[in-house]
Amino acid sequence: MHHEIHPNASPATIELHNHVKDALLNFFGNDVTGSQIDYDFPVFTVEKNRVHDVLEFLKNNNDQSFTFLTTICGVHYPDNKGQEFALVYQLHNMEKNWRVRIKTFMADKDLNVPTATDLWLGANWMERETFDFYGFRFTGHPDLRRILNMDEMNYHPLRKEYALEDAGRDDKQDKYFGR
Amino acid sequence: MKGTSGNIGQTFATASQVTDQKDYSILNLGPTHPATHGIFQNILTMDGEIIVKAEPTIGYIHRAFEKLAERRPYNQITPITDRLNYCSSPINNMGWHMTVEKLIGCEIPKRAQYLRVIIMELSRIADHIVCDTVIAVDTGAMTGFLYLFQWREKIYEIFEEICGARLTTNIGRIGGMERDFNEKAWSRIHAFLKEFPKALSEFDKLVTRNRIFMDRTINCGAISAENALAYSFTGPNLRAAGVDYDVRVMSPYSSYEEFDFIIPVGTNGDTYDRYMVRMEEMWQSLSIIEQAIKNMPDGAYHAEVPEFYLPPKEDVYSKMEALIYQFKIVMGETDVPKGEVYHAVEGGNGELGYYLISDGGRTPYRLHMRRPCFIYYQAYPSMIEGGMLSDAILTMSSMNVIAGELDA
Repeated sequence: MHHEIHPNASPATIELHNHVKDALLNFFGNDVTGSQIDYDFPVFTVEKNRVHDVLEFLKNNNDQSFTFLTTICGVHYPDNKGQEFALVYQLHNMEKNWRVRIKTFMADKDLNVPTATDLWLGANWMERETFDFYGFRFTGHPDLRRILNMDEMNYHPLRKEYALEDAGRDDKQDKYFGR
Repeated sequence: MKGTSGNIGQTFATASQVTDQKDYSILNLGPTHPATHGIFQNILTMDGEIIVKAEPTIGYIHRAFEKLAERRPYNQITPITDRLNYCSSPINNMGWHMTVEKLIGCEIPKRAQYLRVIIMELSRIADHIVCDTVIAVDTGAMTGFLYLFQWREKIYEIFEEICGARLTTNIGRIGGMERDFNEKAWSRIHAFLKEFPKALSEFDKLVTRNRIFMDRTINCGAISAENALAYSFTGPNLRAAGVDYDVRVMSPYSSYEEFDFIIPVGTNGDTYDRYMVRMEEMWQSLSIIEQAIKNMPDGAYHAEVPEFYLPPKEDVYSKMEALIYQFKIVMGETDVPKGEVYHAVEGGNGELGYYLISDGGRTPYRLHMRRPCFIYYQAYPSMIEGGMLSDAILTMSSMNVIAGELDA
């Protein structure tokens, strides 16, 4: 398992990281593929087919109680072959003020992920937004439609292959700026 | 319903899917309706005056901020954040600065932190003035709106004195403030602190215990604490439901841990409670500003981060290093460390979070903005269904849905 700690991580963050890591390893074993601390955040990478189980566990287990879903977002790493897309969940235990980040990576061929709408009502629009911009298919989602872009759009604009600038423009190339 | 699982899907049934025998009428509310105070569309299925189903459509002013941010150097992203919740732009700006400061590991001088607190609390007051007076307008009380709204103008004059802009402020810099407050700004702040409480009390007397206002707002658009948490509510709307979550207290930033203030909470999560929470927060913000002025530390108003902070102009013309830094900042050539940070501030509407992934280049690899409006607006149909159309208008204004933050 990949393991990394940010040099400035506080003792409380390290303690929280170990607490969650032990529980996750205990229940999910090898399906937890990575753990690290990014600044003040414990981050865990899990297998895609277990991500729903992990979220459910973190929400409902009495020692974890991450009952609040802060946000969901996608990331595209086109050069990361076989794991081009990442889905990021951030959970919050408001009573103890614990926060964790759960990541899962997947190949661009299969972007099916189980929905989290059965755990949090608020996941609905967050997942719709992530679908809209990256094309993740949240299986079991009650209403998986585009949300911010128009329905007729036939691509997912936050993917890296869609350049922000008009591809036909040649007055803004990096070489003119010494890059 | 397509792809429905369990009872959750019911909230999101579309208007055309109500299939019992009654003869419903469809009402298209928005996107540009004067009563919605922004670009919001709701297709309502009406049984007379009662809303049976509501289907919101959003994205009318979507400007692809997350995509734009992937192409812009860090200091050029601040103006984008202005346009999220444009009723309290400075809080968005500060949240962004603090995110980058966290990434580069930059310690901000105390004075800059206190100056930021003053600005953030002033903008919180401006934000809550908009929301609370508009609730009053929607119940028919135009006078209160006219009395109090000019004080938002005074706050904008303070911002103008500090940064030169009023609405889209681009205030502060990565590493601190772009300049210290000048004499005129201080005198405007002192005048505001002296005069605004009178105006706020007057508004309070006019509206808060007004019989018509109470009848219109109590039990209108209520949400339980449990549901509010399930919908990931934050900010005044969550506190109105009785949950005392405030980022300023739970994860203090910019020295908020040194201030003494109360988090007001409601009990019913209805329009009246949301109004009351915001009223009390304005008083608390005033107290925070007074404390900040009283304990204002001396010292620098920005950190020594030459790669992010523009050098003084006279140095640019006379010193080699200053010239290089000026060039690097203006051309957006400053590299930052690799890493992933999440930083949240208590915005006018709740937890405004920036999730920033840096690959070490001049622009973010990915920037995700957790926008409180976007997340809590999805509960809107469930809050208005079964109520009257006029209550739906009030519920929307009391949730303080800001189109800029909703659509990003």
